[in-house]
Order: sequence, then C-alpha cells, then structure tokens
Amino acid sequence: MSTDLFRIPPELASPLEDIDRAHPVAFRFDGKRLRGRAGDTLASALLANGVHLVGRGIKYHRPRGIVAAGAEEPNALVQVGQGTRGEPNLKATQVALFDNLSAAPVNVWPSLKFDALAANELLSPLMVAGFYYKTFKEGPASWWDRVYEPLIRRAAGWGKAPPGPDPDTYEHTHAHCDVLVIGAGPAGLSAAKAAAESGARVMVLEDDARPGGHLLARPRRVDGRPGHQWAAETAAALAAHPEVRLLTRTTALGVYATAHVTAVERLTDHLGPGAPGPRQRLWHIRAGRIVLASGAHERPLVFADNDRPGIMLAGAVGTYVHRYGVLPGRRAVILTNNDSAYETALALLDGGGSVVAVLDTRREPSGPLVEAVRARGVPIRAGYGITGTTGRGRVKRVWISPLAEDLSPRIAETTLDCDLVAVSGGFSPVVHLWSQGQGKLAWDDRQACFVPDPARPAVEPISVAGAANGCFELAEILAQGANAGAEAARAAGFTAKATTPPGVEAPPATPPAPIWLVPSDKPPGEGVGKHFVDLQNDTTAADIALAAREGMTSVELMKRYTLAGFGTDQGKTGNINALAILAHELGKPIPEVGTTTFRPPYTPLTFGAMAGRQVGALFAPERVTPMHDRHRARGAVFEDVGPWKRARYYPEGGEDMDAAVARECRAARQAVAVLDASTLGKIEVEGPDAAAFLDRVYTNTLSTLGVGRIRYGLMLNDDGRLMDDGTVTRLGEDRYLLTTTTGGAATVMDWLEELHQTEWPELDLHLTSVTDRWAVAQVAGPKARDLLAELAPDMDLSAQALPFMRFVEGTVAGLPARVFRISFTGELSFEVAVPWSVGGALWDALFKAGGKHGLTPFGTEAMHVLRAEKGFIIVGQETDGSVTPLDLGLDWALGKKKGDYIGRRSLARADLARDDRKHLVGLLTEDPGEVLEEGAQLVDDPDQAPPMTMVGHVTSSYMSPTLERSIALALVARGRQRMGQTVHAPLADGRVVKATIVDPVFYDKEGKRRDG
Amino acid sequence: MLRISCPWCGPRDETEFGYGGQAHLKRPDNPEALDDAAWAEFLFLRDNPEGPFVERWVHSHGCRRWFNAVRDTKTDRVIATYRPDETPPEAAKMVLKGQEGGR
Amino acid sequence: MAQRATNLFSLARQALSHHRNWPRLWAAAEPRRHYQAIIIGAGGHGLATAYYLVREHGLSDVAVIERGWVGGGNTGRNTTIVRSNYLWDESAHLYEHSLKLWEGLTRELDYNVMFSQRGVLNLAHTVHDVREAKRRVNANRLNGIDAEFLDRDGVKAVCPGLDVSPTRRFPILGATWQKRGGVARHDAVAWGFARAASRLGVDVIENCPVEGFLIDNGVCKGVRTGKGEITADKVGIVVAGQSSVLAGMAGFRLPVTSHPLQAMVSEPIKPVVPCVVMSGQVHAYVSQSDKGELVLGAGIDRRNGYGQRGSFPVLEQEAAALLELFPAFSRLRLMRSWGGTVDTCPDASPIIGRTPIDNLFINCGWGTGGFKSTPGSGWVFAHTLATGQPHPLNAPFSLDRFTSGALIDEHGAAGVAH
Repeated sequence: MSTDLFRIPPELASPLEDIDRAHPVAFRFDGKRLRGRAGDTLASALLANGVHLVGRGIKYHRPRGIVAAGAEEPNALVQVGQGTRGEPNLKATQVALFDNLSAAPVNVWPSLKFDALAANELLSPLMVAGFYYKTFKEGPASWWDRVYEPLIRRAAGWGKAPPGPDPDTYEHTHAHCDVLVIGAGPAGLSAAKAAAESGARVMVLEDDARPGGHLLARPRRVDGRPGHQWAAETAAALAAHPEVRLLTRTTALGVYATAHVTAVERLTDHLGPGAPGPRQRLWHIRAGRIVLASGAHERPLVFADNDRPGIMLAGAVGTYVHRYGVLPGRRAVILTNNDSAYETALALLDGGGSVVAVLDTRREPSGPLVEAVRARGVPIRAGYGITGTTGRGRVKRVWISPLAEDLSPRIAETTLDCDLVAVSGGFSPVVHLWSQGQGKLAWDDRQACFVPDPARPAVEPISVAGAANGCFELAEILAQGANAGAEAARAAGFTAKATTPPGVEAPPATPPAPIWLVPSDKPPGEGVGKHFVDLQNDTTAADIALAAREGMTSVELMKRYTLAGFGTDQGKTGNINALAILAHELGKPIPEVGTTTFRPPYTPLTFGAMAGRQVGALFAPERVTPMHDRHRARGAVFEDVGPWKRARYYPEGGEDMDAAVARECRAARQAVAVLDASTLGKIEVEGPDAAAFLDRVYTNTLSTLGVGRIRYGLMLNDDGRLMDDGTVTRLGEDRYLLTTTTGGAATVMDWLEELHQTEWPELDLHLTSVTDRWAVAQVAGPKARDLLAELAPDMDLSAQALPFMRFVEGTVAGLPARVFRISFTGELSFEVAVPWSVGGALWDALFKAGGKHGLTPFGTEAMHVLRAEKGFIIVGQETDGSVTPLDLGLDWALGKKKGDYIGRRSLARADLARDDRKHLVGLLTEDPGEVLEEGAQLVDDPDQAPPMTMVGHVTSSYMSPTLERSIALALVARGRQRMGQTVHAPLADGRVVKATIVDPVFYDKEGKRRDG
Repeated sequence: MLRISCPWCGPRDETEFGYGGQAHLKRPDNPEALDDAAWAEFLFLRDNPEGPFVERWVHSHGCRRWFNAVRDTKTDRVIATYRPDETPPEAAKMVLKGQEGGR
Repeated sequence: MAQRATNLFSLARQALSHHRNWPRLWAAAEPRRHYQAIIIGAGGHGLATAYYLVREHGLSDVAVIERGWVGGGNTGRNTTIVRSNYLWDESAHLYEHSLKLWEGLTRELDYNVMFSQRGVLNLAHTVHDVREAKRRVNANRLNGIDAEFLDRDGVKAVCPGLDVSPTRRFPILGATWQKRGGVARHDAVAWGFARAASRLGVDVIENCPVEGFLIDNGVCKGVRTGKGEITADKVGIVVAGQSSVLAGMAGFRLPVTSHPLQAMVSEPIKPVVPCVVMSGQVHAYVSQSDKGELVLGAGIDRRNGYGQRGSFPVLEQEAAALLELFPAFSRLRLMRSWGGTVDTCPDASPIIGRTPIDNLFINCGWGTGGFKSTPGSGWVFAHTLATGQPHPLNAPFSLDRFTSGALIDEHGAAGVAH
C-alpha cells in the first residue's frame, strides 16, 4: 500500500495545514485500501494518494475527477458505507474521513477504469440536448415500455438506495434568535461579533467543521495575526459568549416565509457508523434578522475537454495545498481570467510542485500576485487559452493557443505537458438564501457576477455581507460584516456601537475579465472536443446553443431542455457560465437573460432528517382506550379508525374472522355482549343558549328534548350532505352531551367551535371535548339488564324507570357512571360511561359478573353486522360526501317546524331534490350464501358493454348470523321505488350476482328487542 | 412556515393554526329567501386575490380561538391580525373596501 | 422549412451538420390584430386546446398567449402522474378519454413525451380504505377502465420496495392498481403541443401578459395585453394559479381558491420504485423519474397563496410519509423542492365551460390533478370553444353545478386528491 505520495513534506507544509499527520486513517475506495490523515476529507485523502479518477459522466461516461473542495463539487459523487448505512451520491469533498470508511464510485460498470457505457461517446453526435424527445419512438409503440425506457432507466441514476431501514436516528430542534448569521467566514464572524457585542441573541451557522471560511485556506493576516488564528480566536470568543450559539457542520438550507430558516447539523457523520446519539439534527430557526455571509463559489472556465480528472478549480487546489497538505499535481498548468489563481500558483510552488505555465486570458495581467509568480520564474502567457486536453483517466497534456482580440479562435496551438490544470473563471456569490427570501439580483458588470440588489430587498429580513454580496477585498469584507451585524442588532432593538474593523494583510482582489467560452478551432459541438458547462449532467456549450436555436430562449426553458443546473450540485459552479453562453447565443446582455430560481435546499438533505422522530411507531400518534390492554390480553385483532386502535374481533381457539364475528353476534342477540365504545367522540355543550345552538347545527329539534332524554341527531354540512351522526343527551336544562363518530370527533368539534365563534358569538355556551374523559362499555343483549342490575344494585334500570333513549347517573361496579339506554345493535342495550381512568376496572367488573350470563366481548366488525341487520347507517360507509339524509330515508330526522339549520337551504336545490337520486335500500342475494363484495357496483343490464350504466353500489355486506343468510345495504337510484326488483352485480371474476331490492331493516322492524 | 400572531397568545408557528379562508363573510339571515344562485354565492364564491387578503385563522393547537388576519397572498407577509370582535385595522379596511368594489 | 418527422434518422442527418439546422420547436410569433380564438395560457392545457381547435375543429386562426414562457406554470411543476381511475362516472369518463389520448400522444405530436405506463398503486391501509378501493375498482371496471384490487402480496409483487409488514403504524392491506397509469415528461408535453400547434399555424406568443378583456355588452371581443389589443371571436382562459385573477379582470367570480402546492425530488438513484405509489392515509405520492430522481408530492398548503412556495413542515410530513411506506429511503436525500399555485374547487373537480360572459370560456380548478388530464382537457375545451357548447364529457363540469348542487365530489374517493 503506497500512500500519501502526494502529501506535501512536513518541512514545506503551509502554516494553515489542518490535518493531524500523527493520526493515519485507513479507508477504502473502489476496493483499494488507502491511508489518509485525521482532518482529511475523502477528497483530500484521495488526492493525497494520487487518486483523481473517482467517477464517470452521466451521459458519455467519460472519466471524471475531483473539481472542488466543498458543497459545489459537481463530479465526485460516491457511495459511502454499506448495507443499511449505505448512502449514495455523497460528494467526496464533503465527506469527513474516519477510520475504515469505505467508499465506492457510482454508476460505473463493470468498473471505474473500464466502463462499458463509455462507448456512448461514439454516439455523442446524436446524444445532444433533448435528443430523447426526438427519438425512442421508432418501431412498435410497445418498444418504448419494453426497450427504450428500460435502457434509459438502467443508465440513469447515480448510487443505490440502501436495502433496509436506517439504523440511525434524526431529530428536530427549534430555536429563536435576534440575529442569525449564516456563514462563519471573515464576514460572518465579524457580523456575529458586532451583533453579539450589542447583547443580541445570536446564532451562527457554519457548513464547515471549522469557522474561518477562506481564511482557512489562504494566507492572510488579520489584526496582526494569521487570519486562521484570528478566526479561531474570534469564534472561540463567540462560542464563550452566553448569548451566542455557534454551530459548525451546520448548513443553512432554506429561507421560508416570516424569517424561518432551516438548517441541518451533521452530528456524527464525521465519526463513522455507530456513534452514539442522533445522526443529524434539523434546525428550525426563527430569526429577527438574517445576515447572509455565505461567501462565493469559484467558476470554472469552459474550454474543450475541460472535464478530465486533474482539471480542478484553482481555489480548490489552493485549499488542498494549504489546508490539507496535499499536492493535487506536480506539474500544473493554470488557466485564469483573474488574479486569484496566481495565489494557487504560489501555493503549489511553496508546496514543492511546479507550475508549467500560467495561461491568463487577459492581455495584460499585472499586480502584486502576478509579479510574485513571475518572480518565481513561472512563465505567464497573457492572452492565452486552452483549446484542448488529452489524458486517459487524468489530464496529461493541454493544447494552448493565443486568443484573438475578440476572443475568436486563433489557432496557433502548442502543447504543455502537465498532470493538473487549475482553472479560475471568477467568482459567483452564494445568493441562494437571499433569493429564497425573495430578494432580487443585479448583474455587477465589474465583478462579472450576480449580486443581491440593494434596491430590491428581500421580503424576509436579510442583509448580505462579504463575498456573498460581491465584495472580495478582505478589509471590506470585515467592514461589511461588522456593519451588517451591528445593523441587524439595531433592527432587533439593540444598541450596537460602530467598530473599527481590524487591519488586514491580503492581496488585492481584482475583478475577472469575463470569458464565458474559451474558443477552440471549431465552434462547440463541431470539433472533437466537448465544452462542458454542467459537468454533472454532461451539458455542453453546444447543447446550450442548440437549445437557443430551438427556441428555448428563456433561461428556465434552457435549463429544462439541457438539464444544466439540475444536478445534485444544483449548478453551483456551472449555472452562470450556462446562462452567459445562452445570453451570447441570443445576443442579449446577461442581466436580460436572468437567472433560474434558487430552489431549496441549498445542499441535499436526508429524508431521515426531514422526518426526524416521526418515523415507525411515532409516524402518527396512536390512541388507545383504557380497556386496550384487556383487548390485547384476549387476543383481539385491531383496526385503525382515525387515530384509534379499535378491537375488530376477538378470535378464540383458532377461529377466523367470520367465525369469531358470528359467535360475537350470536352472543349479542341471544345473551349479552360488550363493545368498547370509548372511542366515540363526546362533546359537552353547556350554557343558556346550548339548546338554540344545537337546533341550528343539527337537523333535529333538540330544544324540545326533555332533561334525561336522548335523541338521534344528524349534522349536515352547509352543502346539505350528511357530515356526522350521533346521539344527543340532555344532561340538564343548559347542558347537552353529544356523541360523534370515532373518526369524525375532531372535525365535529372544530366545526362547532367555528360556528359558535365566527357565526353566532352572541350565543352563550361552552363546548368541551370529553371524548377521553369517559370510557364507555356498550352492553347489549337480552341479558344486558340482568348483568347490569347485578353491578348497579342501587340503580333502577327497569324499562319503566329507564326506557329506551333515556339517561341516568348512578354507580356501576362501585364506579361513578352515566348509563344511556341507546342501541346501535337493535338489542336491549346500555351504554355505561365511567371516568376514563377506571375504564379498565369497569371492563373487569363486567367480565367478573358476566361469566354466568355468557358475556362475550364484541368488536367493531360484529357491531357493523348487528347494526346492518337493523339498517342503521355508518357515516363514511353508507355516505361518501354526496349523500343527503333524504337519500338515506332519514326524512324523519329533519325538523320541519324549526327554524333554519345548517344544510337546510341546500337540500332544496335542484340536484338534491331530484327524484332519481340514490336511496339506501337493502339487498338480498339470490343465493343466501353469497356475500356481495362491499363496493360492488350494481347494474340493471349485466350484458351491457362497458361503459355500463351503474345504478348504485353495495355499501355494507355481511353474512348475518341472526338471519342465517347474507344481507347487504346499498345505495340504488330510485331504490325506494324499486322494492322487489332485481339488480345485478358484475364482479371482477366475471360472475354476476343477482340480488333483490328490499327494505334496509332486516331484523326486528318493530324495534321490540331494543325496547325489551 | 408562517409566523402568525394570535391576538390572544402572541406569535406562533403556522403549524399551530388552522385556516378558515375569507373573513367577514355574513351568513344570510334567511337562506330560504335566497334563490339558488344567491345561495350558491354564499356557499362557494370566495374572494381569491393575489395580494392583501383578509382571512380567518384558528389557533387550533393553542387557545382554539378564531381570529382574522390581513396577509399578502403573494409574499406571505402577515400584515395584521385582530380579534373577530375588534374593529378591523386600517390594513383590513382597505382590503375589504377593495374586495367589495371588485364584486 | 420542411417539417419532417423527428426520429433517429433525422437526428443522424442533423448531426452531419452539427445540429445547426434544427428549426425552432415553435415559431416565435407576435400577435396579429384578430384571431378566431385566443387561448390565454401556454401551459399544457392551453396548448392542447389550441392544437385540437385546429386539428379537430378546423380553425385556422388561433393564438396562445402567455405571460411568461411555455410550460412555466403548473405544467412544469407537477409530479407528472397520469391515471384515470376516478370514482364518479363524470370524472372517470373525462380522465379515461384523456388517458386514451396519452396513449397515442408521442406519435400524435411527433415528439416523445415519454409517457411511461408504469402502473399506479393507490394503497389501502384500513378496512375503510379497502372498501372504498374496491368500490372504485368496480366502478372503474364497469366504466371500461383497467383496474384491479391487489392484496398485500400483490402489492409487494408490484413494488418490492414497499414495507408491507403488518407492524407498521398504518399497515398496507391492499391497493388499487391501474396498469395503464403512469408518468410522463411534463415539460415535453408542453413543448410537444407547442411544436405541433405551431406547425398547424397556431401563434404561440410568449411574454404577452393579459391586462384586461374587451367586453362589449356582455360579449367578449378580445383581450388587452402587454403587446396591445387583440380581438377574437372566442377567448378561452386556461391559467391555473391565476384563474380568479383573470376572472376578476373579466368581471366575474369563481368558486376557486388558490393554494401553494409543493413537490420535491431526491437525488438521482438507480431504479428502486418501479411504479407510481399513492397513499391517502399517510398522504404521500411517489414515483421515480427516467433520470432516477424520486418524485414526491406533498399535500397543498391550506392557506391561500400565490407565491409558488409553501411551508417546510408540509415537506417534512411528506418525508415522514415516504419513510412510513419505504423505511429504507431514510438516507436518500432531498435534492430540490419547489412550489406551484393550484386553483381548487369546493368539490375537487374542475370547471370547463362557459362563463357569464358570452364568447369567453374557462378551464380551471383542476387542483392538484391537472397534468393527467392535459390532452383530454384540451380536447373537450377545444370542442366547447369551437361549438360554443360543452362536449358531453365536460358538460357535468360546468359552473352551473355549484348552483344546482350537482357537485362531483372527488375528495374522499380519490384518496390523495391527485
């Protein structure tokens, strides 16, 4: 294992070096064992080992290397980790190295070195922007599904999804601050310092593991000290400040309405798998003011075959040299249109490398950096560009040529041999969050970049400082930061003093001389070389020209057509070049073409972090009744109803559902059975106007209900459709108890509160949800009274004292109880409500006493059967948002003599008064053993070809143990006028089931049993 | 995520609130007297401006009270909030005037 | 310029001249003074309307005017799901007509819209869901729409990545399956219609905002635009996200509210979700694009909003829902999220038909589900404009239904209203 061959010898190391040479770190890439140092990123460790080839392009599968040193990396996507901790598409430049890290290239086959799809290059004349819209339609239509699309899909995509659930956890945190500083480079640190000194509550977010920004990778002096030291000291002082929270490894992702900022903190990613605690933390931050100090990204220059491994951003090369002690190459060619790359030349020289030449597209580069490089004997070729490159797997040689005055090609090529090309095309401020905050951009012609337009500020309270603001002089960066920090604090109500920014030593930052496309001998797309603009999507200058030619004249259309900027890097390095090339093609100035929208998140965010703790059992709150444990102990099978877990049936001795339900039904009809009805919604309405209120929200008249009496009530929505049903009990003169369906409880409560507060605030009443104040056992069956009498010796439960639809309070099983004579099963039935906390005790007492009566628990399924035998509806089963009470034959529940109620007027509209609407009816199948499928559609003519005329559908269908035959409820057009007629249900298996329309009440039509 | 100031509880995250659409709608006193078209207008026709809008919110996960807000539907800026029984603030009055004029 | 079909051979021929000779997809056009019909809005629906006006109804003189760029509204912002498995007959017939048009669209337009019939699963998580799913499957089947109910094993077979274990918070009990449903390349649909319409002589005029209507005595005579007044015999409004605003300009109101709707994509990964998966219970829909991105849609933000941006918690909820269905996706990453503005009707069904103003027609209120109906919507709207009367397919979707009460409530049965 030869390692670290490209690590700069310690004696030549930069004072900025931030790795621990004493701590080697073993890792694997592409199956090879390699060694890096603590403090490395995967990218720096790979470069230290001389590994440049790390991936392949998406379209042509050309070899690709590391380009950048941070979030802007377009190329170096890797799969990190294995199994359920495997993670695709991480940027090697952002992966902190840890022991035994294992990384692999993505989307290569059979291997990185020999990739079969590199043959695509031969087809590249055909694979131009949008080619797939023009082809893949040859042959039979089925070829798209069978041949073309599978091919496209197999070729697309980078890494692979992990095979199973994530073992790691994620969490969310909310925070509030007066001033939020995004970025802890010189601008951010100085903003934070100024704001903190005012006493404001400050948060600082830094993407990097260390604060300092470019001071970590460029030799500068601030306040008489090395810049990185100033940054460390300033950050330490901030961290120690009681009102400051400084988070590193934390990336601000998005700005949303009313100064809501999301950020992700990577807690353990740098420690490797299995580190304790949550892996990532998503921050929701509410800021009084936001200072954006997010810096700038270097742009590459676009030239022929600018994509080979070893062609890197000059600034990134400088970072690898200074911060990581790595020489990305020993023989470098530098191509630039500005002074900053000269610093890279100096860094390479200081680190023991050589610089073959600096090619400067400017005709007369000058200034201290240029002179310093010249003084080191490096040839500087002014007015030169690169017109082509070669090298398999790594750049080996570049063709260079002087550029004509008008930047047209002037072919007088010579070659330079090299193993590294460091490129700088200027800088693009990182304005994503400004734009998300609805700030507008202005084109700064001098700096050749888009900058936040102070004349068109963001809607959100954002100010921008430093390089993000198009300011590249260190002294000014610090001053802008301090001003922005102080102003933000003032805006948040604090007194901030003006400060004198510290003195600095830094080379002057000269603006670039823009050149958007370095010409080759032929126009892009016509020669052999490719001019890549978006490396991740293999978008070339020729693609953009084609898009413009085809009328994609808006930058948004060009982006969609060529995919420029659509990658995981979101075009951080390539977008400005792309739109400048489009502008050139259209003959328009850049600002007229404009930018695309900056979409959140700034960098990709795991779905795990987004979901936080809301996964698995915590995905949604689960509500259970106080009897839940008893149901579990009996082996109940549960079903989800709204948020509740309800016992559906209680199988005994290997019974299936049908057998269990039949047994439970028989118990209710023949002896006594009990249902846990605690989940039904319960609302108390109290106050002098309670009765008037209820008259308005229910279709029934409830003001006339006597105290102690109960009435079945219907609630409509304003549109006249049935919304919910339940019972209304008058507990006292001014006090009612409503029940609602289990699933509808919250909706009804919300609705009643809304009506009371917004429509009729003059009504004097209170609404209280008491659903989980009362546990309810519904005791049903001919022996129900016998059983309860035993448990409630002090109560008179006789039919005379407590007839049907009456209510009484008393003591049951020694517990304070409300007893309601309500029946949803059609049997003699008592609903016994006791305080929630003693629901379990009631249940136990019932079964203790119930054994001799044959007490059987019944679940929701048996309850559904029993009520269907009686023709009782279930809202949501017999109704679907279109059904009115008239459809259901519930006219009797509509108060005729009362005043207006919700929904009344709507019932009178033409469509709701139609006489051919669907009516609730019963169905009896020809074969009594045939249970119709719930949801089966009904037709009159089963032989009609589709589309068939459907006259209705089956809403409920069961084998009735009581009637010993199947029964069904259905909604059928004009059903009530069609009693005795036949309808047909054509089933999926081709059978057609015949059924006769009958009355929906199948059992005990006179209601004798419930009155028992 | 909006930050909305509940008139009773103060500023809270949007996730605590429910939304109620257009504010200051008046339920007809006598729906029976309206023809179907007028009734449909009450049921379904709502102002839907791009810009300042007077709307209802309810502090569902707080005091559970309804209140009114003036918000710019284009920028999401919440301009004012006020109790239903309060006189609408100037910002609301201006919008309400415009809305009526637009009918 | 000769309008030859595009295919591999034309690509090869063009490659010989380095693709220098491709014509514009649609001709750059400036407005003329008068048209037989003006369609406002160059989204998929509007462009399709113009296309079918010429192609099916023989109009020769049609313009589509657009305030921004072609396909820049919801056409380019949706999650591209196409299906026709709606509950109510009215919807089923309309969407099925559309699906049939989708099936021939690539050839019809001579442009590959990448309509991929990967199948659509609508998951059932509760007993109630199962009942509703079967009801819908039966209704679809009898309406001549392919539909199947799959049990748990059937779901697993179609989409092996789904966690169908009974221990999940909302276990998957089954699903409806429409094999003919799928996804398409949304931008290509707009471009394809623009190109085809332009070839038939339709003027596609970008950067031409409507500033008002020319209305004389209750009759629409044309529009005032940023490029001057343009008169027309008929005008159609097809501007999702701006319907109320345009209706307001014309002096009428709509039963429509506008809301932010967000969507998002993951980083591109190798194929892992073979079909479209939708769940109303956990509220998620997901598919995988040809590029390898997981395409995820969220629920609408409940507040009115025109800002084309929603709130982050809506996306968090969507991510949680995704992980309830696919727990293995926790380490995959959100790459990009965006918002659009959807116009929703009280019954979650669109309005396609006449307005209170003569010769002015509107097609709006598609809520979250407009993309799937693009060709069908254009087809029936073209009929409505050309004849002045709705086609039987869109007759039930008139504005009148809000007065008569004949709503087509697709809230409940559509699960995720999409």
